[in-house]
Formats: sequence, C-alpha cells, structure tokens
Amino acid sequence: MTLQRKDGLPDRMTKTQEMVYELTVGEVMPPTMVTVAPEQTMAELRVLLRDNRLSGTPVVENGKLVGMISIEDLINALTDNAISASIREKMKTKVECLYADELLVHCIAKFSKYGYRRYPVLNRDDQLVGIVTKGSIVEGLLKKLEVEYEQAESKVAVARQRPTMKKFFEDVSADEISFIFKYHVAGRSLKEAGKAASELKNALRKMGVCPPLLRRIGVATYEAEINLASYTMGGVIRAQVEKWGITVEAIDTGPGIPDVEKAQQAGFSTAPDWVRELGFGAGMGLVNMKKCADEMNLKSSVPEGTHLTMQFYYTS
Amino acid sequence: MKLSELVKEFGLTVKTGAGHLDSEVTGGYVSDLLSDVLAHAEDGNIWVTLHIHHNIVAVAAHAGLAGVVLIQGRVPEQDTIAKAEEEGIPIMVSELSAFELVGRLYKAGIRGAQAL
Repeated sequence: MTLQRKDGLPDRMTKTQEMVYELTVGEVMPPTMVTVAPEQTMAELRVLLRDNRLSGTPVVENGKLVGMISIEDLINALTDNAISASIREKMKTKVECLYADELLVHCIAKFSKYGYRRYPVLNRDDQLVGIVTKGSIVEGLLKKLEVEYEQAESKVAVARQRPTMKKFFEDVSADEISFIFKYHVAGRSLKEAGKAASELKNALRKMGVCPPLLRRIGVATYEAEINLASYTMGGVIRAQVEKWGITVEAIDTGPGIPDVEKAQQAGFSTAPDWVRELGFGAGMGLVNMKKCADEMNLKSSVPEGTHLTMQFYYTS
Repeated sequence: MKLSELVKEFGLTVKTGAGHLDSEVTGGYVSDLLSDVLAHAEDGNIWVTLHIHHNIVAVAAHAGLAGVVLIQGRVPEQDTIAKAEEEGIPIMVSELSAFELVGRLYKAGIRGAQAL
C-alpha cells in the first residue's frame, strides 16, 4: 500500500500506519473495566480511583452508560467542598463514544479531535463493553507487532533449516569429497555465451548455496565465460564444490594474454568492435571477477592459453 | 513500487515475463555496458538499456534484476525473447529516450543504487 506524499513522491506506509487500518477498537480494549453508579458519592469515587489507579471511569445505570466521571471532576468537587455530592451531580453527560467494531484509525482521529483521555466503547446495541485510552492503543499496537514479529521469526527459522552446502559437508564424511561441474565454451562467438554460468548457478542453487554467494559466483562465472567466448579459441569452465568452498576455473587453449597485469587494470581492453557493440569489452570483466571472488589468480602464456582460478568461501 | 504498477504508470509494453511482474522494484540502473550492470546494479533493480540482444537476459538473471526496460521503442531480438521467457525475465519497452525515462522513474520514487 502506498500513500501519496504532499511533494508528489509516493511514500511507503509504515507498519504502524498499516495496523491502525487493520485493528479495531474492540481488539485493543482491555478485557476488564471498573464502573461506578450515579448514586455513589464523590468520596467513594476518590477511593475507587485511588485503589484502581484510574484517572476516570464510566458511570453506568441499569446497564446503560449515563456519563463519564474523571479525576478532574473530583478535584473540582474538592475545591467546592462537595465531596459528599453524588456522582450524578458532577459527571459529564455529554460523552463521545466509540464502537467496538470501529477501526483504530477512527479512534485516533477522535482522540485528537476532542482531546479527551478516555472513551467508552459500545457495541452496536449501545451497551457499554469497555473503555479505551491512548495507553490501550499503544499496548494493542505493540501486541500485534510482537505477534507479527514472532511469525516472521518462525518463518526465518524454517528457512534456516533448509539444507545448506556447509551443512551437507558437516553431515557426511569421507577423506575427500568434491563435486565437479564442467562446461565447454565455444570461442570467437557470443551466441551461446552465458549458458555455462547460468547452468552452474542453477546446479549450485539446487545444492543449497545461499543467494548472496550464488550471485557472486554467477556474475564472476558469467564474466569469465564472456571472456572465453570473446577472446579465445574456446575452453572449459570447471567448478569444484568442496567442504571449504567453491573453485571456479576458466581454462582456454589460447592465444593467451601478453601482459596479465595490464589486463587486470580497470578500463583496459583489447576487445574487437563486434564485442563492444554487444555492450562488452569495457575493460571491466576481470575487475568484476576480482570483486566477486574471495581469491582470484590469473596465469597466462602466449600462445598456449590462460588459466583463471577463482575461489569462493561459504558464508553460511 | 511493484513492477506491474510501474508498467501501468509508464505505459510500458510487456514483451516477455508477463507472469513475473509481481516483484517489488528496489531501484533502478541505467547503462549500456553489461559488465557495469553486473558490477553495480542491485537485486530487484530495473535496468534501462538500448541493447536488444540475448546477453541482456543473462545479465538480468545473474544480477537478480526485477526486469529490463528497452528504450526508444526498440524491439528485442527473437532469441532474446525466447531466452527471457525461459528464464522468466520481464522485458518491457518504453517509447521514451533513456534520459526522459530515467527522469520520470526518479520522479516516481525509483532511486539508483546507493553504494557504488
């Protein structure tokens, strides 16, 4: 849900804003309340307010709400020396009420409109069912937040139980375990390029490699594959999944890189026009790979070929 | 903003991935250098580009993008469409130039990647 801000930019609705449209007055209302009868005296009211730590309460006669009486009325009665007066004489009879099925957003609007501290809550048969204060609204919102937080947390817990690569290697035992994925990449053509990287990424996803690592491996392998396809006679992409992490190698059969150091500088490129036209060849590939991999090693000899090794460690 | 809302608001023509317009757009990136996009676009971003060849699909998939928007009414190549459908990557087309489109996206609250 989005709200339109005054400057025309759509703004995210906060969780609390959302909740005041979901919760009703009845849901945040405390389950019990204290009421007084109109025939009781202000002196009795004083004891009742003190003992229940209240600052006001509804006045009920024959099950019907007849008024509200507050600590303010009590103070006025004390000043007027009228502590023995009946509540009926001192109560306010013009009372703003809320209905239990009203949304909290209406309730909040009423609070700011009238400025009273508490509102009696009625059901649709006009019977008094409770009382709300600002405190009950805050408590209600906090309670709902807590419930939703717990639900979110248990979802996370379920997600955590999904098998991860790391967990798999902890659960099985052998002197050496590894999985090898090998893909052949044709050279001098970008037609099929990208297939190896996307298939490797799919395989690793199925094995439970977590998404952030998967993304790094995917991007780095894709760049390596683009290099094989753009600059070499062809070669292989080889990925080895082990206990500590994953190694991705790109091995080609030539022509090799004359200056390996220069090739790793950002912006340096020997790309032919047909590669540049496709949006590659800006001298960023190796830089990207280095950024994605935890370790990278580039070895090359002319004209035998190039051997690129990248290592990725499990993070979870 | 959801991708589907964005399509509606900017009158984009959906060429592929019509079933994948439910995702939340986290921001945007504009570049015609594929490695630049791989390096700097963020998960769930939309990418504005003039490229129409099939490599844009691989880039979008690897970078985890919400979708690709082609500018100036450009028509994606046939194998780009096929690959995008296979990978479930939405490709949309705008009649506007990159500058105009990005300006309007920004005005609608779509922001660029923060940390470059």
